[in-house]
Amino acid sequence: MKGDHSSTPHNPSRRDILTLATSAGAVTAVGGVAWPLIAQMNPDASARALASTEVDISTVPEGQIITVKWRGKPVFIRHRTEKEIKDAQAVSLTELPDPEPDDKRVQKPQWLVVIGICTHLGCIPTGKEGEYDGWFCPCHGSSYDVSGRIRQGPAPNNLEVPNYTFVSDTKIKIG
Amino acid sequence: MSGHSQYKPKSNFAKWLERRLPILSFMYDSFVAYPTPKNLNYLWTFGAILSFMLVAQIITGVVLAMHYTPEVTLAFNSVENIMRDVNWGWALRYAHANGASMFFLAVYIHIFRGMYYGSYKEPRELLWILGVVIFMVMMATGFLGYVLPWGQMSFWAATVITNLFSALPWVGPSITTWLLGGYSVDNATLNRFFALHYLLPFIIVAIVALHVWALHVTGQNNPTGVEVKDLKKDTVPFTPYATMKDGFAIGVFVILYAWMTFFVPNYLGHPDNYIEANPLVTPPHIVPEWYFLPFYAILRAIPNKLLGVIALFLSILIVAALPWLDTSKVKSGTYRPLFRKFYWAFVAVSIGLGYLGSQPAEGAYLWIARLLTFYYFFHFLVILPLLGRREKPDPLPKSISEATANRGASHA
Repeated sequence: MKGDHSSTPHNPSRRDILTLATSAGAVTAVGGVAWPLIAQMNPDASARALASTEVDISTVPEGQIITVKWRGKPVFIRHRTEKEIKDAQAVSLTELPDPEPDDKRVQKPQWLVVIGICTHLGCIPTGKEGEYDGWFCPCHGSSYDVSGRIRQGPAPNNLEVPNYTFVSDTKIKIG
Repeated sequence: MSGHSQYKPKSNFAKWLERRLPILSFMYDSFVAYPTPKNLNYLWTFGAILSFMLVAQIITGVVLAMHYTPEVTLAFNSVENIMRDVNWGWALRYAHANGASMFFLAVYIHIFRGMYYGSYKEPRELLWILGVVIFMVMMATGFLGYVLPWGQMSFWAATVITNLFSALPWVGPSITTWLLGGYSVDNATLNRFFALHYLLPFIIVAIVALHVWALHVTGQNNPTGVEVKDLKKDTVPFTPYATMKDGFAIGVFVILYAWMTFFVPNYLGHPDNYIEANPLVTPPHIVPEWYFLPFYAILRAIPNKLLGVIALFLSILIVAALPWLDTSKVKSGTYRPLFRKFYWAFVAVSIGLGYLGSQPAEGAYLWIARLLTFYYFFHFLVILPLLGRREKPDPLPKSISEATANRGASHA
């Protein structure tokens, strides 16, 4: 050390090292502070916990749709008639914007279970309406068929099928 | 605009203050001595009207927040409590709700004024962009506020708007969950919307300060679009000329505002919003507030989710690109005969889109909406760039004073 405080690219001074270290520290600190500030907006563990719902379906007559609430969302359970099942199975996959055969969407053909949220912008479609007698979304005019598949309108996907199991012949557990 | 301040502090206190913080001379130069073009018409009073509305919304909003509860089981009832029990609560809430509509009415007139007179052109590009940013923050604020009463329209507006982000590939659903703080619109959503609705107006105040700062650097545009050449001949001082004219215009505007508030307070609202939010039932016909209708029509016109959302955002952002899309050197529409025709066609298309946004998205409505959406973008991307090159503008006056002198002569 000769008391020379000037620095050149070949001769980094202590000030250069301090500047670099401080900048690196500041960037890390900003990132560390930003993380919780952003993460606090995500759902917490209590909201994430998958509350499952059990539903008694013995009281649902053929041809009727019931709506149950699961994770704050509506789930449609539709007891399909023979004709509706045939219609759903008869559709050729090439006609569908989001091709999926009916038997991949149901566990038992007479019971269709779908999340009742339009895949366009989240409205609740109304049952047995629209051109395909499945569901019709009043918000922006999407039509779904009796398998909950999108047939017409702006929605990009079929109504989502949640995880569910038949606990017994008359009871299903969603989630 | 420039040069040394003409402000002379008189009292001892003013002299004391001026040496330490020259705020008095700053106010004097900005709002008293500030030179304004002497040919400004009443369309130039909307800046002052907007400032007035911003303050009115903040004052009514802050007092409403003293009585409102952002919790899903209490929000709807707390609004009813404001309407029925809180002293003057009905007046404050109606003034705030209709104030939002009046604010947007004024901002649309302000924007279309700028479009007609070419106020976005060199050197006012940044001034214009700041205005577009203010408009977007206003839209966010208006939307967030509409959710707070927690009626059916509130709930489904929140659902539809937050789901716009789910259209983004890959990250869309996670962003929507992050915005909502859950898997559907719920308490976490309402709570944060309230916090943000309270925050954003103050952000608007800050951007307005930049907007006015930029305005005072470039000076105001005027109906001729010819820049000020001689301060003495072309301008008059802000006070009393602009102050009085702005004051009078605010008075007239407030008459309309008061009439809305006191005589037809629910005219622009939706009856469904007096039904408490129900996550299991979507109202059969959901419509946004009138000031969002043209953009809503554009969203629905496009039969693809992602493209619809992109078109919606582009329809707003494209306005910020006006300074570069309009290639004409002449600012004011007064001297552009062809532009004038297309300008009014554009106004008609915008109003038409607004009407279609209020109608169900089916049949002929849908097809006309598609046609008008196409024209909306065609106007910005094709008509304006070509017009500037092809059009032969009328001769411009040499100066503002010449233009006003001629006008006086022709009337004589």
